[in-house]
Amino acid sequence: MNLFFFLFSSITVLSCVAVISSRNPVHSVFFLILAFVNSAGIFVLAGAEFLAMILLIVYVGAVAVLFLFVVMMLNIGVDEIKVQAKKYMFSGVLVAFILLLELIFSFSNLDVIYQKSNQDVYKLPNTHEIGNILYTNYFLPFQIAGCILLVAMLGAIILTLRKREGVLRQDISEQVSREKKDSIEIIKIGKK
Amino acid sequence: MEIINFDNLKYFFILVLYVLAIIGPLLIAVAFLTYLERKVIALVQYRKGPNVVGFFGLLQPFADGVKLFSKETIIPASSSKLIFVLAPMISFSLSLIAWSVIPVSENIVLSNINVGILYLFAVSSLSIYGIIMAGWASNSKYAFLGALRSAAQMVSYEVSIGFVIVTVLLCVGSLNLSNIVLAQKNCWFVLPLFPMFVVFVISALAETNRAPFDLPEDESALVAGYFTEYSSMLFAMFFLGEYSAMILMSSLGTILFLGGWLAPFDNEIFNAIPGFIWFFLKVGVLLFIFLWVRATLPRFRYDQLMRLGWKVFLPLSLLWVVLTATFLIFFDLLPNFES
Repeated sequence: MNLFFFLFSSITVLSCVAVISSRNPVHSVFFLILAFVNSAGIFVLAGAEFLAMILLIVYVGAVAVLFLFVVMMLNIGVDEIKVQAKKYMFSGVLVAFILLLELIFSFSNLDVIYQKSNQDVYKLPNTHEIGNILYTNYFLPFQIAGCILLVAMLGAIILTLRKREGVLRQDISEQVSREKKDSIEIIKIGKK
Repeated sequence: MEIINFDNLKYFFILVLYVLAIIGPLLIAVAFLTYLERKVIALVQYRKGPNVVGFFGLLQPFADGVKLFSKETIIPASSSKLIFVLAPMISFSLSLIAWSVIPVSENIVLSNINVGILYLFAVSSLSIYGIIMAGWASNSKYAFLGALRSAAQMVSYEVSIGFVIVTVLLCVGSLNLSNIVLAQKNCWFVLPLFPMFVVFVISALAETNRAPFDLPEDESALVAGYFTEYSSMLFAMFFLGEYSAMILMSSLGTILFLGGWLAPFDNEIFNAIPGFIWFFLKVGVLLFIFLWVRATLPRFRYDQLMRLGWKVFLPLSLLWVVLTATFLIFFDLLPNFES
């Protein structure tokens, strides 16, 4: 067990370092994916196989794919990133600092959180356990999180939705319902 | 901390044997699937198909394999070499690791994990990386376009496959693949959930990049799509990966809808036939649908593909999830899981 833990965690840490240090942004995304996959491995070792699979499906299978998609399409040069990075240095450090504070705060209260979630562990498969807790104790936060995501999704759609004139679109029902008499007209030419 | 002792070594050795016992037959099945595909398409088109190498051309896949082995591996000079080589390996190994959780029969499964269906879903959503990496690393416009198409296509159809799986899980109450099969003891899910079965089969075609959704390798527009630059064994790995993914999707369909290893009718004659034979028969039927569709339907256009995924399948499967849940709650049929 220990061997695998050290394997996964060291690869995670190393690939996280590689994410911010590699010169090519596409390579960074690949390292990010490697970090995700290895943290899923750590989840499995911790007995949280449901979380591990969800991490793989959501982050690696969907989020990172779209991320990669965008980064590949943009084709950013290394120099541009260097310039950009300096501009956002302050906000980046700020976010990192806040995250660090949050981590310290939650780790200092770890025993409280641990007791709360540890009540019935191992009596049920942890998928059922998560479902039970999520839809009873944390029902409201769960719904609110869903609403926030919905708003974000609607926002993204509204920002990108535009009607362009003169674009031909296929309308299958129109095509299927088209009949002979709509498109063919027999005209008699000349006199008998 | 003693890592290497005799018990561990023995365990490791047995595990390797199990893995070989899965991979060996799988690769042979893949080889014959390529043969079967050519034969089926030939029959549909009123041709003979491969018939020179061996009886009825049965050794054709091995001849092809030897040919691919003996070819030169060409790595384009302007490619990103490491990723270029890694891509087919990822594609191939992802299509193999999924088999570790497939229950071929009642007790014939390498690892009967609790979240089996999620594992399969995760692996199938990871398989996109082989294609994207190949397309990007090749540094060629055709490969890149193929990879972009594939990324968008697989992400879109994963959504509907996810909802199909949710519908089935509502009726089972467990994420374990063996439990999903056992829940179909009285009635295969294909009967009550037939629309979802249709959605699943079509989405599986899109997920494995098969015709009529083979836009990532659209040979009339993109040369060969994402593996344009590949040759020799690296190409063969993509090829094997694609066919093994087909077999995997068929087994997933068998487990979710066709009752896995269960016999069609619960009587003594049918039960006398071992479960894995039923399993492989059902997988064979689904595989035949894959090949049949390829021989019959023309390729979709890209906008048609996207509309089918997002505007038809997504609302349909969402609606069906809600309907199934409502039905189960209304008639109090929700499955009670045993812990």
